[in-house]
Amino acid sequence: MKLVYFAWVRERIGTSEEEVTPPAGVETVADLIGWLSGRGEGYAAALAHPEVIRVAMDQEHVAHDTPLGGAREVALFPPMTGG
Amino acid sequence: MAADWQPTIRIQREPFALEAEAARLSQGRRDVGAVVTFTGLCRDEGGRLAALELEHYPGMAEAEIGRIAAEAAGRWPLAGLTVVHRYGRIAPGEPIVLVASASAHRAAAFEAATFVMDFLKSRAPFWKREHLAAGGAGDWVSATDGDERALARWREGRQR
Repeated sequence: MKLVYFAWVRERIGTSEEEVTPPAGVETVADLIGWLSGRGEGYAAALAHPEVIRVAMDQEHVAHDTPLGGAREVALFPPMTGG
Repeated sequence: MAADWQPTIRIQREPFALEAEAARLSQGRRDVGAVVTFTGLCRDEGGRLAALELEHYPGMAEAEIGRIAAEAAGRWPLAGLTVVHRYGRIAPGEPIVLVASASAHRAAAFEAATFVMDFLKSRAPFWKREHLAAGGAGDWVSATDGDERALARWREGRQR
């Protein structure tokens, strides 16, 4: 799946997007965040407080307990501050 | 959306023309009795900021504002709705966002514009970063509890 990052999540991870294949057992959004945070220092820093991370699957907001299913694009970002 | 119109939603780097956007909502119509416009501007926070830089999620920004607009059109009898949101570097005094709503009567137009802004603040994928008057990049702007409280108000008040 394609992962995309925005704002300080993007800065801490050090890239704006990447293609990943999560291992078996990564079934929900929360699982994905947990797996990603073990991939290195930048990921750990970006995802240190998973509860503040907002997630969109195929460009729609989802809760952390949502199954990843066949999502093509998953976005991780901080709370939004538009307007 | 039950209405026979589609909201106008634009995400752009360029400034927008408030008057032209508002005029378009009533142009050639005889049923529009109220047009409400809201413009959100960049503040300098007491001289501290040189600019705000807005990052957005292309594609989702349009899609999410479209979902918010559709929800508003389902709740109020609107004749039209326009949302323009800018991205990139925006200087103090410059506009960031426009919401314009049209209806036969003012209550629906006021309420729909407020609803769209409240949801846009916490649901539309935009992030503001500060650029300091003293030089250099500042912090990312933090979301406030007030933004979330504004949403809770609409969820509780579905019957309006």
